Amino acid sequence: MSSVAVSNKKGFGAVLWDYLTTVDHKKLGIMYLFAGVLFFAIAGVEALLMRIQLMVPNNDFISAGLFNELLTMHGTTMLFLAATPLLFGFMNAIVPLQIGARDVAFPFLNSLGFWLFFLGAIFLHLSFFMGGAPDAGWTSYASLSLYSPGHGIDFYVLGLQISGAGTLISGINFIVTIITMRAPGMTFMRMPLFTWTTLISSTLILFAFPPLTVGLFFMLVDRMFGANFFDHTMGGNTIIWEHLFWIFGHPEVYILVLPAFGLFSEIIPVFARKRLFGYSSMVFATILIGFLGFMVWAHHMFTVGMGPTANAIFAIATMAIGVPTGMKVFNWILTIWGGSIKVTVPMLYALGFIPSFVAGGVTGVMMAMAPLDYQLHDSYFIVAHFHYVIVGGIVTAIFGSMHYYWPIMFNRTLSEKLGVWTFWVFFIGFHLTFFLQHFLGLMGMPRRVFTFQADQGWDLYNYISSIGAIMMAVGVVLLVINVLLSIKTPPVNRRDYWGDGRSLEWSIQTPVPFYNFKQTPLVRGFDPCWLEKQEGNKEMMTYAEPLGDIHMPNNSILPLIMSIGLFVAAFGALYHPDGVSWSVPVIVIGLGITVLAMITRSVKDDHGFHVHVEEVIAEEQRLYGKGGNK
Amino acid sequence: MGHHTEVQAKSKAQYEYDRHHNAVHMRKQVINFAIMIFLTFLAFAVVVAGFSPMFIKPFILLLAGIQVVLQLYSFMHMDDKNGHHIGVISTYVWSGAMIIFPVFLAFVTVVWW
Amino acid sequence: MEETKFTPQSWPNHPEQATAEGKNKFVGIWIFICSDIVLFASVFATYLSLRNKGPAGMEFTTQSLFELPLAFVMTMLLLTSSLTSVYAMYHMKNYNIKGVITWMSITVLLGLGFLGLEIYEFYHYVHIGFGYTQSAFSSAFFTLVGTHGLHVIIGLVWITALIVRNAKRGLNLYNAPKFYAASIYWHFIDVVWVFIFTVVYLMGVLG
Repeated sequence: MSSVAVSNKKGFGAVLWDYLTTVDHKKLGIMYLFAGVLFFAIAGVEALLMRIQLMVPNNDFISAGLFNELLTMHGTTMLFLAATPLLFGFMNAIVPLQIGARDVAFPFLNSLGFWLFFLGAIFLHLSFFMGGAPDAGWTSYASLSLYSPGHGIDFYVLGLQISGAGTLISGINFIVTIITMRAPGMTFMRMPLFTWTTLISSTLILFAFPPLTVGLFFMLVDRMFGANFFDHTMGGNTIIWEHLFWIFGHPEVYILVLPAFGLFSEIIPVFARKRLFGYSSMVFATILIGFLGFMVWAHHMFTVGMGPTANAIFAIATMAIGVPTGMKVFNWILTIWGGSIKVTVPMLYALGFIPSFVAGGVTGVMMAMAPLDYQLHDSYFIVAHFHYVIVGGIVTAIFGSMHYYWPIMFNRTLSEKLGVWTFWVFFIGFHLTFFLQHFLGLMGMPRRVFTFQADQGWDLYNYISSIGAIMMAVGVVLLVINVLLSIKTPPVNRRDYWGDGRSLEWSIQTPVPFYNFKQTPLVRGFDPCWLEKQEGNKEMMTYAEPLGDIHMPNNSILPLIMSIGLFVAAFGALYHPDGVSWSVPVIVIGLGITVLAMITRSVKDDHGFHVHVEEVIAEEQRLYGKGGNK
Repeated sequence: MGHHTEVQAKSKAQYEYDRHHNAVHMRKQVINFAIMIFLTFLAFAVVVAGFSPMFIKPFILLLAGIQVVLQLYSFMHMDDKNGHHIGVISTYVWSGAMIIFPVFLAFVTVVWW
Repeated sequence: MEETKFTPQSWPNHPEQATAEGKNKFVGIWIFICSDIVLFASVFATYLSLRNKGPAGMEFTTQSLFELPLAFVMTMLLLTSSLTSVYAMYHMKNYNIKGVITWMSITVLLGLGFLGLEIYEFYHYVHIGFGYTQSAFSSAFFTLVGTHGLHVIIGLVWITALIVRNAKRGLNLYNAPKFYAASIYWHFIDVVWVFIFTVVYLMGVLG
């Protein structure tokens, strides 16, 4: 049965099979993390190519068509295939530990979510080798994308449909996990902020991804099966795509930024060595941001011509979001205020995050004013704004949390020294790149252009901006080197690596056993690890049950098979408009594989297995040596 | 964790109470079903009878709303206080309903040609 | 895994939520339904804005297409199937597998009847020239009602699989949550249909 009492050394095949079939949230977290890093690197290279092209006026480093493909894939990949999985990686690895659970609510679905995401992402990237990538921007407005020749847009639609389904499934899984799997005593108002933001961000996924699914489906049938949703000559309306896309698209940015807020709300109290200031207002602000996130989508469409009433309503709703976000910023500052601050690498990222994100937020409120938005629309000001929010908010959170959580996830550490270098190179590069783009936008440089004429006053700023982009790339390379070097560091093998851990995940001794908690913990208050330490508890945990048999889920290969089925079917749909004879059979075969796997899953009982007390003791001894984890 | 639970034989009184309670509950469900059928019938009837659309449209939407609430709270047991985290579930259902409201509003007002 | 043998006396009153897994399934199916609400809402909203829109001179309108008797019969079939699945859940609470299987089978039959009528309706429309690619209106109509139909098909396959799998071996705390989740899903299909017959058919006939 699974990996109990299996010796340390396993062959490559066995390890591979283990990862292909695993339902363990910690392994899936690692897989999400590495998949995310892979796509982050790809999208980063795309950005670098674009910045090289824009370094000097009238450049011919890449062609206009390729530039369109690069900008589309950069945006799509960064949002769907890099930021999302990187955050999912932390959610998977950390949230069950924070709430005192042995696994997520639906381990099988967790694995299915990963494989759908991964194969969808691979499918999307195959477009580069199969006749051209999508080239209508990450928003893929129907008026452009319906008439884009080749299969680029079809790859976009099908790839995102598959990976979007995976994201939705993972979202449902997180919601149910957080609702039902909390340890005794872990009430809603004792949950760490990262768990709260994971819950709210998963809720946003729950409500925001269906409109995307619907929009993508309309695009799919319009392009591949002759439907007329967006074709105005047949009564369709291209604005419908814009609405559906932004009903999804606006919550999507909160889906990404809320977990980032949560991660910083974990990091800041630990290194300020103070309780998080205003916990309940933080929770309230998170919920409010989530709710308002659904009421503001049309601020992306002020220039569409919805009329002054609609514009005014959406403008005011958008500005309202500044209030709960401001609450959060002040809470972070007041947490740091008067604390005994340790400036470690994660804290450095947090300190860099606050001013950068505020800058992005303030430009957001500027654009919320509809009349001003008419000036700023589709200019580089927009580009500067959302990069300040996304890089300044989300990427810093991801990098900082990699340093912060590395000991729990891998039982190894990232170098602090190299981390400080990475931070400064990346942070300075980031501001060089995007700060000047505000002014490029105000001077009238439109976004999404592949080149520009000299002597409009844009030359110098574009040049500096490109230098900054190269610095960011160097920063990322340093981080990757840091990750590689960490393999050689000695194992951590301790609890509470940072010494000031507050939430439950720091109470567990690393390496975390596959069942997480040998006994379910009893949570006696907010910040349970801190609480137990204050009371002199060496184990940092109070238990809710005696040592007993542990029930764990079985591994399964079915999630991978289901995802492969959809992957195959997507090729059939892709080539359908070409009139090839095999397109429909391929769709049927692909969907057949998926449905068969689903029926197998439904019919075959899966009771999981029990780890008996003796096996638990043996496993503890194997991990922590004689005496075990008392 | 797991699906093994303590198997407890109910006392005779408890068993009979549960049986009776289930039967009474089922009777209520049949009454609810009758109400739903009646509402459906009414909706079709007012359309066939040809009243003014100004009256019919809000009226049948109201009937649909009532019928959906009946389905959710009786057939789907959202009224069952013993349901696991039923309060959280209702919050989610009604949040969903709230979120789709502006979507409908936007699609019938600001998507125009 | 040892199967616990139950008697009507030892069978818990909430068999679908007696285990941790059952509780997860119970919350899970509801959370899934919440996302399905938004899915249908998006298709619905699109239908409302594309209703009766087509190429210049299109002769099809909601008023010329829809026939109330058919919609009425379909509604009755689906509404009744909702009640029969309530009966199945009633028998599940009383630890009566025969009752569960019988009423679930009736549910499937009623669902098949509904599906048959829907296929007939679609066939009829395509036959008179109102195909999927005919206009924005036709695309939106077939997508909305077809998405619901797809949900019906999934529900039928799911419930049939449950019946076939569990008819012989009886009820236990492993399959009770599965039956319960399937029945909640089936009710939700009915909830969506309430809006479809009201907004698409009844308000369509009004014009």
